[in-house]
Amino acid sequence: MSSSFWFALPLIVSVSLVYAATRQEEVGPILAHAFRVAVWIAGFMALVIGLLYLVSMQ
Amino acid sequence: MAESNDSQPNDPSIQLKDPLVAGVLAWLIPGLGHFYQGRNAKGALFAICILGTFLYGLYLGGSKEVGWGRAVYFSFRTNDWRLPWLCQIGVGLPTVPMTLLQWKLQDKPILNGFMAPPALHLPDPADNAAPHESPPPSQISLAWINRLLPRYFEMGTVYTMIAGLLNILAVYDACCGPVPAESAKKEDETPQGKRDAGKEEEKS
Repeated sequence: MSSSFWFALPLIVSVSLVYAATRQEEVGPILAHAFRVAVWIAGFMALVIGLLYLVSMQ
Repeated sequence: MAESNDSQPNDPSIQLKDPLVAGVLAWLIPGLGHFYQGRNAKGALFAICILGTFLYGLYLGGSKEVGWGRAVYFSFRTNDWRLPWLCQIGVGLPTVPMTLLQWKLQDKPILNGFMAPPALHLPDPADNAAPHESPPPSQISLAWINRLLPRYFEMGTVYTMIAGLLNILAVYDACCGPVPAESAKKEDETPQGKRDAGKEEEKS
C-alpha cells in the first residue's frame, strides 16, 4: 500500500512546476514558486491521509 | 489600440506574437507554442513535464500482454463511455489522431492495439467458463486489462488525464501570458501602485 504513494511524487513535481510556470516568467521564480506549491500539495495530502487514517482506526 | 502581435496584458516585456497560433501550437504539442514565441525555457519545462507525465501514463497503462498505451482510447459505446478521454485530448497530437484512427479500425486495430478501444462482449476473466489465457491485445476486453494490470491501468489513466489538464494551463499561458499573482494585483490597485503605473506610462 505504501508503495502506491510513490506514484504521487512525479505528479506533485510535474503539477507544481507547470502551475508555477503559468504564474511566473523567469526560471528562478518558477522554481521557488514550484517548491512552495509542492510543499502545499504534499502537506494537504498528508493532512487528508492522516484524517482518513484516524477515521479508519475507529 | 495595440496590435495582436504585440498583445501582452500583464507584462509588456513578454512577446506573445500571435496568441491564437501560439495557443493552437501549445495544444498540439506541449511547449511548442512557447518555442514559437521564443520563450524557450518555459517551452522546455512544459514539454518535459507534460509529455513526461503523459508518456509515463502510457507506459503504466500498458504492457506486452495487453498492448501499449491502453489507458488512452476513444470510446462512447453503450457500457463504455470513456470520459477520461475528454481530459486526455488536452495533449493534442499525441492523443487525438491515434485514438480516432483506432476507433475507426476498432474491429482490426493496428500497432498491436496501441491506444485502441478494448473489445466488448468477451467473456469476463472472473467467469469460470472463460478461457484461462488472455486474448491477444487486439481482442482484449477491459476486464482482462484490469485483471492483467491491476491498479496500473487506472494509474495510467490518471497520469494521462492530468497531463491533458496541465496542458490546458500551458495553452492559456501561451495565449495570455503568466497569470499575475494576487499580491501583484493588490499592489496595482493601491493608490501608490496606480501612481507608479501612471509614471511608467508617462515615461513610455
